[in-house]
Amino acid sequence: MAALASLEIENLACVRGGRLVFRGLGARVEGGGLLTVEGANGSGKTSLLRLIAGLSMPQQGTVRLRTNGGGEIAEPEDRARHIGWLGHQDGVKRQLTPLEQLRFFAEFYGGTADEEATLSRVGLSTARDLPIQYLSAGQKKRLALARLQVSGRPLWLLDEPLAALDVEGKSLVADLIGAHCAAGGIAVAATHESLGIACERLHLA
Amino acid sequence: MSAWRALVMRDIRLATRAGGSAMLALAFFAAVAVLLPFGVGTDLKVLGRIAAGVLWVAAVLAALLALDRLFQADFEDGSLDLIALGPLPLEVVVLAKMTAHWLTTGLPLTILSPLMALLFGLEPRAYPALLASLAVGTLAISAIGGIGAGLTLSIRRGGLILPLLVLPLLSPAVIFGAGAVLAAIDGLPSAAMGLLAAFAFTAVVVSPFAAAAAVRLNLAG
Repeated sequence: MAALASLEIENLACVRGGRLVFRGLGARVEGGGLLTVEGANGSGKTSLLRLIAGLSMPQQGTVRLRTNGGGEIAEPEDRARHIGWLGHQDGVKRQLTPLEQLRFFAEFYGGTADEEATLSRVGLSTARDLPIQYLSAGQKKRLALARLQVSGRPLWLLDEPLAALDVEGKSLVADLIGAHCAAGGIAVAATHESLGIACERLHLA
Repeated sequence: MSAWRALVMRDIRLATRAGGSAMLALAFFAAVAVLLPFGVGTDLKVLGRIAAGVLWVAAVLAALLALDRLFQADFEDGSLDLIALGPLPLEVVVLAKMTAHWLTTGLPLTILSPLMALLFGLEPRAYPALLASLAVGTLAISAIGGIGAGLTLSIRRGGLILPLLVLPLLSPAVIFGAGAVLAAIDGLPSAAMGLLAAFAFTAVVVSPFAAAAAVRLNLAG
């Protein structure tokens, strides 16, 4: 994992459907840091994550990554190569088994993780060859977490990472984020619940 | 390169699994080709003349059947976000998906077509032209269809609009493709095959850029 020095957000404004969602947003997260984004439904948490990922373009403002070597990454297409994405949709395919999906993403992202070890880390080793339709919502979320790990990306963007998970699953999320940040990664999580880890907070009005 | 391979293999696997689009397209193609002679009658002379046109139209419609979910399924379950954040430029992603579509519909349709042509009593000497025109022409279908699939990916029931968008653009392929087979039946020299190849080549080169722009727009929306 290529470590990042920081994520910088400056004067960001977002307009969706002709409505101003937020503006003048700024934040800075150092390598190894966790930023949680809080706010009511519709306050733009998901929109902010998509802007950081470069999946959509801001009305105004910049998102910048700094690498440890002092380099600066501002182009959305370059930024995308550093992002591990956990969306509110699971992105799992009904027709493929958990192991097949994970193998695909590992190969696609060029990660080096051991897929089977990752599956057992998230508690899916017994379900690895089951068709997805037999998995619960929480198990699909765990698969998405496994995918995030094999992606090997330094900046994690997590949209409601705790949704649908049981108590043990929630502590797993906290553990995974903790390990990611300890290794020098950055995580930004939009969440309604506390992750139980020290973090900076950004509140969207 | 391994990212490209992984994506193509994944799409092939999705298309060929139970409920996938590959078998659906093949079954549709075969059903149309089998049903049509019942309506036209048993005059082999007539059937032999219309074989190329019927098989070409059936192939276009069958391939379109599998196209409307090309990006939409991945868009709806969030996979497209994950793929867009991957190491490949979106243009290459789109090309990979078009390639998988061709390998799971265009290629099997081409391979099945001689069997269907048999039902129409197509002139034996026209078989090479039929195979060649479908092999090349279905490339254009996958490529141009991909633009339509990209444009309609966020539209609910976009599959209804897709044929309206794409069929007019594919009419040159049908004209040149069926024309090449007809010329072969009559044993006449024809430029149709060359024009079809040029059309398909242009479509394959240009379409990934247009389709990627459409997908990018929909992801940002």
